[in-house]
Amino acid sequence: MKLGGVSRVLLIEDDPAVREGLDLALTRHGHRVRAVESGEQGLDRLRTDLPDVVVLDLMLPGMDGFEVCRRIRAVGEVPIIMVTARGDDMDVVAGLEAGADDYVVKPVQPRVLEARIRAVLRRIGRDQAELERHGDLTIDRAGLVVTNRGVPVSLAPTELRLLLELSGTPGRVHSRQQLLESVWEHGYFGDSRLVDACVQRLRAKIEDDSAAPVYVQTVRGFGYRFGPV
Amino acid sequence: MAPRLSLGLRARLLFAFALLCVVTAAAVAGGMYVQARNDILQRTQDAAVLTMRSRLETLFPLRNAAPGPAELGEIAATVADGNIAAVAVYQEAHSPGRLDPRVLPPQLRRAVADGDIVWQRVVWQGSPFLIIGAPLLIVEGDRPTRASGIEVYVVRSLHPEQRSIDGLAASAWLTGGAALAFAVALALLATRGVLRPVRQLGRAARLLGEGELRTRIAVRGSDELADVAHTFNNTASELERHVKQLREMEADARRFVADVSHELRTPLAALAAVADVLDEEAARLPEPAGRAAKLVSQETLNLTGLVNDLIEISRFDSGVAALALNEVDVAELVRATLRVRGWPERVHTELSPAVTARLDPRRVDVILANLVGNALRHGEPPVSVRLSADPHWMVVEVRDHGPGLDATVLPHVFDRFYKASAARTRSEGSGLGLAIARENARLHRGDLTVTNAPDGGAVFTLRLPRRAHDPDGQIDRGGPE
Repeated sequence: MKLGGVSRVLLIEDDPAVREGLDLALTRHGHRVRAVESGEQGLDRLRTDLPDVVVLDLMLPGMDGFEVCRRIRAVGEVPIIMVTARGDDMDVVAGLEAGADDYVVKPVQPRVLEARIRAVLRRIGRDQAELERHGDLTIDRAGLVVTNRGVPVSLAPTELRLLLELSGTPGRVHSRQQLLESVWEHGYFGDSRLVDACVQRLRAKIEDDSAAPVYVQTVRGFGYRFGPV
Repeated sequence: MAPRLSLGLRARLLFAFALLCVVTAAAVAGGMYVQARNDILQRTQDAAVLTMRSRLETLFPLRNAAPGPAELGEIAATVADGNIAAVAVYQEAHSPGRLDPRVLPPQLRRAVADGDIVWQRVVWQGSPFLIIGAPLLIVEGDRPTRASGIEVYVVRSLHPEQRSIDGLAASAWLTGGAALAFAVALALLATRGVLRPVRQLGRAARLLGEGELRTRIAVRGSDELADVAHTFNNTASELERHVKQLREMEADARRFVADVSHELRTPLAALAAVADVLDEEAARLPEPAGRAAKLVSQETLNLTGLVNDLIEISRFDSGVAALALNEVDVAELVRATLRVRGWPERVHTELSPAVTARLDPRRVDVILANLVGNALRHGEPPVSVRLSADPHWMVVEVRDHGPGLDATVLPHVFDRFYKASAARTRSEGSGLGLAIARENARLHRGDLTVTNAPDGGAVFTLRLPRRAHDPDGQIDRGGPE
């Protein structure tokens, strides 16, 4: 998590000009940027630098962005923002499935990237509420811990935020647009596939059977709702 | 058109065959009929005259030069026979019997009185008869022959002959009819032989016209029709080759644009990353570096927009653009589009409430932003947006109250990089905005059109189905379950 207002950004981008440009822009916005040119270097840095957020170009020589994404997810829940080529829809879907939290399209507007970084690093508000129980699922809004049958579930920040948003009003339908605004801070015209991909990952972690979800249910044509359990 | 042609050809061929057959049959059968009929009648007449003459010769020498009815009766009886009635006449007297000399034709009687043996065919009460008249002559030694004044007439029925002639006629008709039927059958076969390839050719030409460029005809035989089929096949191959070449060139051109756009993206990404830095520092830089920095950052933004639009349009061209469908409140979508861009105060809206539709909100936002942005930039206020809907379609009209679009401009508004005025060398947009807007509408299976309002101002009409097809081809019900 972001501490003391300065966040550590790990930037993985192979093109030197783009890397330098983004480094410059992010540094200007007050981030501490570590820029590397390959996925392998990025994974090394991940262990030593412990970044708050990873900005990952999908088009990398050697190990590609999807693989890097999966390996980062395998060791932790650091937020990942991927940089995709415009119009490569398959890349977006594959990247989200590999575990990315959000994406920006090349050529990247630094303002947009900055907004995305702020959104994924946003502190999750801690309530002093009681422990919530929904079936076998326990949500501790104070400690931000989710357990399933007593076993803690490791959730990425976006996944946790989505679960807290949905479970805050059990039974109420949230449209994808609403979720994009509240969880991703995307405004009205965000990409609803972000929501769908995140729901898939969340289900894989908390549902017994992802194909027949109990907690995060689809309301076809409208969006999602939590329960009723 | 084609069926009428083949029918006409068939009818004409059939008619020609039938006519040929009828003329030939009529000539052959008719000629033979007439010949046979004359032969039969001639033979009958000759035989009758011979018989009569030989019978009359048995009467000589005549016993009485001025016979009475009784003697005339004997004379008549000599020449009479089963189907031959006879009468002998001398001046006013005649032999008794069923034949009355008064019914005999007067010319015949005059000819006989002149001393000739004469015959004539008459139809009497519907039946044909042969009348033979002969004068009895007196030959005395070396003195000239002179008429005795006695005339003998026989009337012979031609009924048996008529029957055989009728038989002949009937068989002539029968033969002619059979030949005609045969000719028609042959004609049908022949027309089918000719028309099948013609029809195939017609069908193939139609398919070719509809864009089925691989259409070919099976060539059979080596006649003129086979030549035509050959020519058709060659033409079709050439056409296919040319079209393929053109398509390849077009695809190459489009791929080139797509490749260029993608190649531009990486340097542009670096530029875009630092454009903000330049922009923010510009105020602190000394002139002219400050203005230069402003210009660079502004143009980097424009270039980014252009490249993004090029990439977008090349995605439509290559058919990879896809819809991300969502059930949305259309009025809310319109309001969001205006709100995000800070336009609500400048645009008058008239939005039917509770119009929901299943569409790709991002793409519809692109369309609306483009239309409203254009109206605000190029038209005159007030700019209005109207939303209406029926159960299947929703319509959004964006209009301004300027002078409207020139009639020569109207058909080209959606063309890529079309500039309404030659003087305006570069507009604020990329020149692809309306082209992309229309592609987006069509991706929803809707359309985007433009007209001039009767009281001035351009009206852009976006018409979209309220239930756009899912990419997987299903129609989503969209309702809560």
